[in-house]
Amino acid sequence: MSDTCDVAIVGGGPAGLSAAVELKRQGVARVVVLERFGRAGGIPRHCGHPPFGMREFRRVLSGPAYARRLVATAEEAGVEIRTDHTVTAVRSGGVLELATTQGAMTLTARRVLIATGNRERTRAQRLAPGLRPVGVMNTAALQSFVYEEGRKPFLRPVIVGSEMVALSALLTCMRHGMRPVALVETRERVQTRRLFMALAALLRVPVLTGAELLSIEGRTRVEGLRLRRNDGTETMLACDGIVFSGRFTPEATVARASGLALDAGSLGPEIDAGGRSSDPHVFVAGNVLHPVETAGVCWAEGRRVAGVIARELAAETGETTEPASRAGAAVRPGEGLRYVVPQRISGATELNIRAEGAARGRLVLRDATGRELVVKTLRAYPEQPIRLRVPALDAAALSGDLHLGLERDD
Amino acid sequence: MHLVHTSPEADVAIIGAGVVGCAMARRFALEGATVVVLEAATDILSGASKANSAILHTGFDAPTGSLELACMQAAYAEYMDIRAAMNLPVLETGAMVAAWSDEEEARLPTLLAQAQENGVTDTRLLGRAEVLAREPALAAHVRGALLVPREYVIDPWSAPLAYATQAQMLGARFLFNAALKGARRDGATWVLDTAAGEVKATTVVNCAGLYGDHVETMFTGKPSFEIRPRKGQFVVYDKAASEHLRTILLPVPNDRTKGVVLTRTIFGNLLVGPTAEEQEARDRPDVTRPELDMLMDKAVELVPALRDMPVTAVYAGLRPATERKEYRVHADADLGYYCAGGIRSTGLTAALGIASHVFALWGRAHQAVRGAVNAPPQPVMPNLAEHLPRDYQTPGHDGIVCHCEMVTAREIRAALDSPLPPGDFGGLRRRTRCAMGRCQGFNCLARVATLSEGKLRADILPEGDA
Repeated sequence: MSDTCDVAIVGGGPAGLSAAVELKRQGVARVVVLERFGRAGGIPRHCGHPPFGMREFRRVLSGPAYARRLVATAEEAGVEIRTDHTVTAVRSGGVLELATTQGAMTLTARRVLIATGNRERTRAQRLAPGLRPVGVMNTAALQSFVYEEGRKPFLRPVIVGSEMVALSALLTCMRHGMRPVALVETRERVQTRRLFMALAALLRVPVLTGAELLSIEGRTRVEGLRLRRNDGTETMLACDGIVFSGRFTPEATVARASGLALDAGSLGPEIDAGGRSSDPHVFVAGNVLHPVETAGVCWAEGRRVAGVIARELAAETGETTEPASRAGAAVRPGEGLRYVVPQRISGATELNIRAEGAARGRLVLRDATGRELVVKTLRAYPEQPIRLRVPALDAAALSGDLHLGLERDD
Repeated sequence: MHLVHTSPEADVAIIGAGVVGCAMARRFALEGATVVVLEAATDILSGASKANSAILHTGFDAPTGSLELACMQAAYAEYMDIRAAMNLPVLETGAMVAAWSDEEEARLPTLLAQAQENGVTDTRLLGRAEVLAREPALAAHVRGALLVPREYVIDPWSAPLAYATQAQMLGARFLFNAALKGARRDGATWVLDTAAGEVKATTVVNCAGLYGDHVETMFTGKPSFEIRPRKGQFVVYDKAASEHLRTILLPVPNDRTKGVVLTRTIFGNLLVGPTAEEQEARDRPDVTRPELDMLMDKAVELVPALRDMPVTAVYAGLRPATERKEYRVHADADLGYYCAGGIRSTGLTAALGIASHVFALWGRAHQAVRGAVNAPPQPVMPNLAEHLPRDYQTPGHDGIVCHCEMVTAREIRAALDSPLPPGDFGGLRRRTRCAMGRCQGFNCLARVATLSEGKLRADILPEGDA
């Protein structure tokens, strides 16, 4: 079976759905969202707590309500959402290979948008030591248990990690009759604003920073987490579950299978300022580019990239159907910076940057000759989304690679 | 006078439902014996058999003239013979014993000679250029290799499940949560005290793997061997890694350092391991950071493209090694006691051969109730191999539950409703691959827990959850 459309969007989360709505709004005729799960909406589907939707709908919604609203808006706009449709690869020329309940099929699109989101690193990817009992999972699995299946996967978990999502895990537990034993962070300080972690203290859940995980214990179910605390003492936290939260990584399976160039820092696809990947037919938006940003940021990004796609399609006459190539000069992040997105810039744009750990100092964009183009003073907590506005650059600046450096104060 | 109901006495009680126990149950059932299998855990393959490198070995490097070699080669032939009917996959990778130094290169001719002597006559030496032509992603400092064309990769779980299922179709009974607590001889009958009640059998076959010596003590009073668990850790790379290697990469055996194997899995991943760590505990296959790092360093040293390759899973298994290298297979016909012990690392390959060997020993002194079964029923296993058609590609399924491994709800339901259904989450994973992929259940764990609720002997959800 094969089919055609104007734009095929891989992934029905906030970025994909907002892009779909914007494409319809700008007059693109046939917009298809391919969602591999039984319901569209993305990660917010199982984040049963506010705040979602302030930017998009000017009201405070819970995750599931926000997800439903995104889907309803897309359907009203005339977007075709196909659930239980798994994209296995995007071939050159905008040909998508799909696995569906009706078997394999292909869909050929004039443009493709990959918006496959991200996920938390697993216990295996962190090489966490110990046994492998039942009851070790990520926040998303915990929240699927609670908000989609109406179940508690454990009663007294330890939450590993201290990014914002750890608070999400903590609140999910507290609201649904699970009592976290502790919040454990292997790094020396919490990975978000310190203020947020005051909430854990308020809920009388100890926050143990600088802890080394020694072993996960339990022959069949989780029985404990053995760790060395930052004062050197070894302790065993008795628990019946372990949540590995955060440390997000792109869900880049489709991008990888499609041969797109990937960024060694973000591990997601490389894009130019318009969101175009190394395949001219394929654009990318959302958290597959920059783990992790809020749903609102992904939503806005999807809308922006949709604008680029709509303008390009509108400019196409019947004759010329070849899309443009990636444009601009490459931006190379220096030491202490994990990634910068987009990886290429031409006109005025905003860079999305993530530092390794907390960052204090000067953020400096230079051209190939070492000339300072943009400078910003930085005081960032760990995992803070950092933005750098870059004005339109002259031809000399864009003639070679740009370098983004972090000059630390200390 | 009332008849007192007792469970019927079996010809053979098999202690342990690892790969050897499953193959043993099948062989005895095929030969017409009445069989009961006692398993301490909640599912088959819960001990040593749950973690291995999933290679079907030719025996090219096994000790010449050994029972191990004979069992491996008989089993290899039998596997290839039965696999079509049971739908057991084979990935025809071949293997290379690769040399990375002068010293290792100098040992290749000896390995070739041994392989030839072992009857693996299609082995041959490859020069550096040939090795690199075959495997362009190997590090450039490779010196040469011994090619073993018929070393293959198989599904380490569907094969023993097929053996067990066939045994069950032939009337074998499987008892789970049935740890052996004691045994006494009552005339010509063994009365076995198990955690699942009393079981009677004329003879017993010890296939207890990591507890083989403990079990032997219950029957003979004194074990003739001692289990010394050897841990093997593994790292499984993302499926994207498998494009970098087609052939199984084996190390040149060396007295000083233990080399590691780099191989594709039948599920489309790339595997590096195992370590070989002696330890006391028989129930502690834990993964440890320095060893995992060592394995990944080694993998990158041999295949540089694996640097920064995402990891999908890490695991460890315990092998039932003993104080000696060889299999500890022996029989005491008068006592009705048979033992297949110390099957340390070639068990997946050799199990069918070990079963036939032990049955031959048994057959000298005993006769099965019925004769050998004519035209036995053949279970057909669901295919999980990546290179063959999978269920999700067949129209009419009701959606994919696990997207990393492309497992359908139909497959999960079929496993839960199968003749020998999974007893725990691990068993469900091994039968379907759900939650075995790169996200390790990030997306599907909750759904799988709901689908399997009330159908496992050990639920995914904790007891008392409403």
